[in-house]
Amino acid sequence: MTVEVAKHRELGLTDSEFELIVEKLGREPNTVELAMFSLLWSEHCAYKHSRKLLGQLPTEGERVVMGPGENAGAVDIGNGYAIAFKVESHNHPSAVEPFQGAATGVGGILRDVFAIGARPIAILDSLRFGELDSARSRHLLDGAVRGIGHYGNSIGVATVGGEVYFEAPYEHNCLVNAMCLGIAQTKDMVRAAAAGVGNAVVLMGATTGRDGIGGASVLASAELGEGDEAKRPTVQVGDPFEESKVLECCLELLEKGLLVSLQDLGAAGLTSSAGEMASAGGVGIDIDVARVPLREADMEPFEIMVSESQERMLGVVEPAKVDEVLAVCEKWQTGSAEIGIVTDSSQVRILRGEEIVGEMPVEALVDGCPLYDLEPAEPDGWIYGNRAMLERGLSAEETLLALLTSPSIASKRWVFEQYDSVVGSRTVRRPEAADAAVLQVPEGGNAIAVSIDGNGRRVACDPYAGTIEAVLECAQNLACVGAEPLGLTNCLNFGNPEKPAPAWQLDRAIAGLAEACRALNVPVVGGNVSLYNEGPEGPIYPTPVVAMVGELPDPAKACGSAFAKEGDAIGLLGPFAPTLAGTELAKLRGELEMGLPQPEIEVVAAACATVREAVRAGKLSSAHDISDGGFACALAESAIAGGIGCSIDLQPLRERGCSPEEALFGEGAGGFLLSGEHAALEELGATPLGKVGGTTIEIAAGDRSLTVGLVAVENAWRSLSV
Amino acid sequence: MRWGVLQFPGSCDERDALHACSLLGEARLVWHEERDLNSIDAIVVPGGFSYGDYLRAGAIARFSPAMEAVSEFAAAGGPVLGICNGFQVLCEAALLPGALLLNDTLRFTCRQLDLIAVDGPETGHIDTFEARRPMLSIPAKHGEGRYFAPEGVLDALEANGQVAYRYAPGQNPNGSARDIAGVRNEAGNVIGLMPHPEHAVDPLTGSTDGLRVFEAVAAAGVPA
Repeated sequence: MTVEVAKHRELGLTDSEFELIVEKLGREPNTVELAMFSLLWSEHCAYKHSRKLLGQLPTEGERVVMGPGENAGAVDIGNGYAIAFKVESHNHPSAVEPFQGAATGVGGILRDVFAIGARPIAILDSLRFGELDSARSRHLLDGAVRGIGHYGNSIGVATVGGEVYFEAPYEHNCLVNAMCLGIAQTKDMVRAAAAGVGNAVVLMGATTGRDGIGGASVLASAELGEGDEAKRPTVQVGDPFEESKVLECCLELLEKGLLVSLQDLGAAGLTSSAGEMASAGGVGIDIDVARVPLREADMEPFEIMVSESQERMLGVVEPAKVDEVLAVCEKWQTGSAEIGIVTDSSQVRILRGEEIVGEMPVEALVDGCPLYDLEPAEPDGWIYGNRAMLERGLSAEETLLALLTSPSIASKRWVFEQYDSVVGSRTVRRPEAADAAVLQVPEGGNAIAVSIDGNGRRVACDPYAGTIEAVLECAQNLACVGAEPLGLTNCLNFGNPEKPAPAWQLDRAIAGLAEACRALNVPVVGGNVSLYNEGPEGPIYPTPVVAMVGELPDPAKACGSAFAKEGDAIGLLGPFAPTLAGTELAKLRGELEMGLPQPEIEVVAAACATVREAVRAGKLSSAHDISDGGFACALAESAIAGGIGCSIDLQPLRERGCSPEEALFGEGAGGFLLSGEHAALEELGATPLGKVGGTTIEIAAGDRSLTVGLVAVENAWRSLSV
Repeated sequence: MRWGVLQFPGSCDERDALHACSLLGEARLVWHEERDLNSIDAIVVPGGFSYGDYLRAGAIARFSPAMEAVSEFAAAGGPVLGICNGFQVLCEAALLPGALLLNDTLRFTCRQLDLIAVDGPETGHIDTFEARRPMLSIPAKHGEGRYFAPEGVLDALEANGQVAYRYAPGQNPNGSARDIAGVRNEAGNVIGLMPHPEHAVDPLTGSTDGLRVFEAVAAAGVPA
């Protein structure tokens, strides 16, 4: 007994969870069973600290084809086609080994999408690292970017967008969230529920090795700390070539109608895919580990069941079709083995040949994990550090250049040029060309737009308002290209939920997410939760990464952010009333503290609708959401992209109560920077500010008025490289 | 014109190439194990990572049954276009001179570039081309695209009119010798280039200049 007790703790189970397992089994679990329970009862698989809160999120909508609980969510885009999408974290593996951690993060999210029968068409990434003056952060950034490129480029799926922020609280625990979108004919999509007693269970793809053993429980559900190098064997190694073959193979199998259901093997490997398939189908499943093709001959049954070897898929196949399935796998030169059978026993049984080495009720294994209430408590004040990185007394010009140079605001060209953004012939708006990526979808006769956002610093200042802002920023980005939101997915990256402050952040953030989605009428079709993101110095900024997918009828009309025409009027639309709270400038000055203004969701939504319709009608030359670095930085970005200067007067913002500094560099939700014909802007109700032209950026803002040359601005903005 | 686009396990751009070819004629994929090219008038060896390219780009694909057939097809004067990985495969197969090395940045680079199409022997300086030729706007995306050949071979290529495409001055993304983006064989019917003309056939995705590359290849067949 004492040996077993030590073991379950080592595997991440609490004493009371272990007792519950004993109660449900009516005996103590053996090694195989304990290993499987420890994974499926981990935070990563069971969402035991977040599931109760996630119930608040609105998940229904006319266009929803698949909602939460499937491998990926999906929305209808018309003509019988759907867009599947999902975002998932691979934070801890990337913090330990950034290249493989990020690469396999991409591999995993691709499998989630083709598991439901959708062909992957785009990848986006949301990345967070410590400040770039740290050698560790540069190493992690370089490795993660190369890893994402290695996998996405090799498999031929375009990486069309993303975001990167650099903040000290991510120094020890970087974030790597990968998103994938795919396209499918709605009638051909497949769910992950095992069905049909007597049907065969076929394992396809790579062989099973000792890589990634215990990744879900040991890495994903515990804080990072000293000795993480010793965890390197729990990071998997990716093989995009194998995945490319499995992808084509699975899509061909589905097209030929040879599969009853399909599931990818991700965190917790065979344990979770077999268990979850059985649970979803209300059936039992037998798996014979002796029939699993192995990389190493002497693997123990528990190792085979928990291995996180990549590039594997599990299919349920009618007995009469097994030979045909194996033949298609042969054609694509990918592995395949019949390793089990669907039963009516309601048990997950693990066999080694004739011998039963594990037997557990599906219900206990998959859904038996207790769900916990959080014990949230609002922290007394700002719990993260403040480090002044900017001298005092800078002029407005110097301040603008410093903000544009700040790695979180500077152009990410160094990053996105390492990714293939054009393969697939769909990319109409490439990275940094517009506020959202735009992909043409000839199948649906239209196009989709996608944006991914989440400013952790602002969420730290006010988790509720900050999360609403993230959703609004996505909606604004979509509006700028003329897209109407169809659905949203998210990845909630937070610290240890068993501690009061991260628990409070999580609680408030989910409340904000639910409120914003309800108000905008955008359903949440899926999500992922990554908790325990902490290092020795404390939790990361609470970072809900929100990704929104929308549709637009005509991709040719999608506005870019670049000023286009000399003489165009510049206008401001939306309830933008910026303050310095939680801004990039406050961070650089070391003046961060709690609190953000509360966004007016309905007013922002109305402004989004106005911009969307104007873009669709072709009335605007450019549209850009005002976010990091405030109005001055948004203006600089539009000017640099267009290669044309501008002159404006921020008096109207002064009349909204902003100080000159707030008008220039303050942040807040709801601001659109538009350019176009004067009459067109007037018709929209935009506030006129000035006009496009010249080779300088001139901003009148009282005693902080500035004039700066376009070349200097562009050099500052393009300064990022590692 | 009937186009055949090779498909290896690990190919990435074969569907895009197929689409581009279909704008100019009939087009079908040719599985890497096929040898019969009888019904095909022009071949495209597409981009991607054939067989994973873990050994050296194109080193395995050159031994495929389909590539054996392509060698015969080329020897008989049939037009062949190799794009990116396809260019690497054609060099490995010795259907084109030279080799593609790791980019001098040591990084994969994806960028829209201007190319200069070259269609005859050259004697002048590179910087005079800009004035002489219309530019083609085409994206490049690769990690191993630095064109290399010994100096003597480069001189001969220029003298024989075997340089097919050059990066516009200042736009060489990978350190290629003499800004060479693409070359042709001595007979002129086999052309390889690193940038991706199949990703420049639609104004919505950036440019239609790539069609001119396909047209040039279609016209490049030589009577056997």
